Amino acid sequence: MSFGMKTFYNGTSFKRSDIPVPDNDTFFQGVLDAITAGWRVCSYFGVPTADGATLYCVMSARAGSGILGIAATTVGRTFPSLASLCPQLHLFEREIAEQCLTRPEGHPWFKPVRFQKPLCEGKGFWSETDGGGLTPAVMDFYRVEGDEVHEVAVGPVHAGIIEPGHFRFQCHGEEVFHLEIALGFQHRGIERALIGGPTPRTVHEMETIAGDTTVGHGQAYCMNMESLGGVFASPRAETVRGIALELERLANHTGDLGAIAGDVGYLPTASFCGRIRGDFLNMTALLCGSRFGRGLLRPGGIGYDCDAALVDELHKRLQAAREDLAGAVGLLWDSPSVMARLEDVGIVTAADAREIGLVGPAARACGLNRDVRRDHPFGIFRISQIPVITATTCDVAARTLLRWLEAERSLDFIDEQVQHLPRGTYRNQMKEIAPERCAVALTEGWRGEICHVALTDDRGRFERYKIVDPSFHNWNGLGLALRNQQISDFPLCNKSFNLSYCGYDL
Amino acid sequence: MTNSIIHIFLALVMPPLLLGVIGKTKALFAGRVGAPFLQPYYDILRLLHKGTVFSTTTSWVFRAGPIVALATTAVAALLIPFGAHPAPISFTGDMILYAYLFALGRFFTMAAALDTGSSFEGMGSAREATYSCLAEPTLFFALITLSRLSGSYTLSGMLVNINFSVWMHTSAALLLLVGGMFIVLLAENCRIPFDDPNTHLELTMIHEVMVLDHSGPAFAIIQYAAALKLFVLGAFFVHLALPYSTGNALLDWGLFIISMLELAVVIGVVESVMARLRLIRVPQLLVAATILAAFSTLLVIR
Repeated sequence: MSFGMKTFYNGTSFKRSDIPVPDNDTFFQGVLDAITAGWRVCSYFGVPTADGATLYCVMSARAGSGILGIAATTVGRTFPSLASLCPQLHLFEREIAEQCLTRPEGHPWFKPVRFQKPLCEGKGFWSETDGGGLTPAVMDFYRVEGDEVHEVAVGPVHAGIIEPGHFRFQCHGEEVFHLEIALGFQHRGIERALIGGPTPRTVHEMETIAGDTTVGHGQAYCMNMESLGGVFASPRAETVRGIALELERLANHTGDLGAIAGDVGYLPTASFCGRIRGDFLNMTALLCGSRFGRGLLRPGGIGYDCDAALVDELHKRLQAAREDLAGAVGLLWDSPSVMARLEDVGIVTAADAREIGLVGPAARACGLNRDVRRDHPFGIFRISQIPVITATTCDVAARTLLRWLEAERSLDFIDEQVQHLPRGTYRNQMKEIAPERCAVALTEGWRGEICHVALTDDRGRFERYKIVDPSFHNWNGLGLALRNQQISDFPLCNKSFNLSYCGYDL
Repeated sequence: MTNSIIHIFLALVMPPLLLGVIGKTKALFAGRVGAPFLQPYYDILRLLHKGTVFSTTTSWVFRAGPIVALATTAVAALLIPFGAHPAPISFTGDMILYAYLFALGRFFTMAAALDTGSSFEGMGSAREATYSCLAEPTLFFALITLSRLSGSYTLSGMLVNINFSVWMHTSAALLLLVGGMFIVLLAENCRIPFDDPNTHLELTMIHEVMVLDHSGPAFAIIQYAAALKLFVLGAFFVHLALPYSTGNALLDWGLFIISMLELAVVIGVVESVMARLRLIRVPQLLVAATILAAFSTLLVIR
């Protein structure tokens, strides 16, 4: 069943004229039917037209087939909202309204997403409010009324050194009834800047969509450029990209484990993991000179080759880091006071997680078996698979345990790959990208599914380049995790998701 | 007279050192070198050199908070005997004053926090009020037990009275008391597992969140008062747990200083090897402390 969609595999491109453009009813009914049948929305976005927008929906089939689907439809100034039937669409619809000035009729929670200017000429829907709908977090928040209910506002200035975001809690004593999150402070206009691209700057913009996911987003961009240009990355390049992606996962998972330990006041793991995260970042620096992997991934291959001595050094450091990490994280499981703090906190049920379309570790901790590396394999993962880990308890403890288990699998993977690094060229010459085509790339960054969709115009420039960071799917999960929890557990829940602000704000 | 001068000198100078020792111990467990022992002194000096910002929504209550907190703790420091030496000020029933001096200081800290109108500080005050009223019975059961053991109604009388032979005779009661009072010591001073003095997360804090709006010298006073409170309550606890005395005045002072440093190391170890409790579990532990102290009272009264 493809519900009238054009089906294709991850990392491929096809003519734009191949995308079916059914009438509105068929399109929206098709999306609904597909979601009911277990498909999931990866990306849902609009391209502004003179009197409305063309909506594109990229969906992923149930695990096993590896099939992706895309369909489009043309709408005027309004289109029917599906958010109340499919909550996973709710932010996408708000984003379409904000970017393309077409209103989702019947949207249950119609508000700005990033408080950004529309991609086309015209006035946004929120111009009446102070700040013209362009000042982040200036909007009406959900309110709980009652004598003993109080409201706590946190941010955008955060106590720690992290990014800005505004959190509004409705509390009854220490218990949280509702949490609403307002972001947009980090909006830099990446999608607008990409229109008319690619330019020499584009790859750098991709690497800074979310600084800690440089490799994840870089990989998706390279896949799109390669499929549009008809170029293949060599096996050697694909292997190094895979190693870099897993090193990024290791560094961030390690950092998160340390941060979770720090939040519950458990010192040893917090301090050790902080250092070991640095070790993993330094291994990435070994490959390309940048601790975050900047400059490593380039369309056509990788920016720097690695010689045998470097590979040996990487292997050696990996062994040392594995031992250190096992020791530091092992302390967590052996401390009853830590486990008591993590268990049964911040539960998101599997049903809720499926409904709101969680991705990545946050979804796998709820028992949802989804991982792009297996479901829609790309690059080296087409040849060498990493087992997918899931947990069942859906709480902070599950998200913590999952990070450790994934780190172990990543260590095994890198260990295997560095020993059999294919020989050959590391970078193929890029070609001009093809006009009138559509390319879709999905990768599994350390936070989860990253989706890049490129639509080229008749001159081979980007007419639209749509980016979906995993945080876009997952911020709602954090809001749900806090329901009926103690407000003092918020930092811990937040850390267990560790979502990106700038990846969401673009 | 000499003893009184040494007493006042120690109470004024030594408290921040305890924080330094705790910090160093935690650093050792974390595999770090850690800040120097004297870092808390530097911090307080640094804060004293800064300017103070007062929110326009606050009143005199906000400014009185830190001063009352320091003043009450300083008076309490004069009531408690250090080691084998009696306190400079001692009279019948002074233990009631001792207990409620802390309550007065706490009241003003909470009032100052509420004065800012911040939702965080309101939450902090609510937590502090809840936990301190649960910690109070433990202290009073301890005082009843001690006055029963010594037949004295002064802090000096009841605490200096405890020695090795008293321990031998009533070891069960005193052991329970040591357990209960250690829990109260950690809770009253906002140490792990009750509160994390190093956290920067305002939603989880208890004591630190109440003083978020204080800055400069006012904040220096708060930090110093907190260190003094740890010192004064620690001195009480050291009497119970390490009741050594030699009879030589100077040696006894040395012994007292060493005992206090040992206590700081123990607190540092506790903070290093365990995580914080969920806030919802904190009352349970405090009630457990009360029960321990109540049983110790039962044991000496029967």
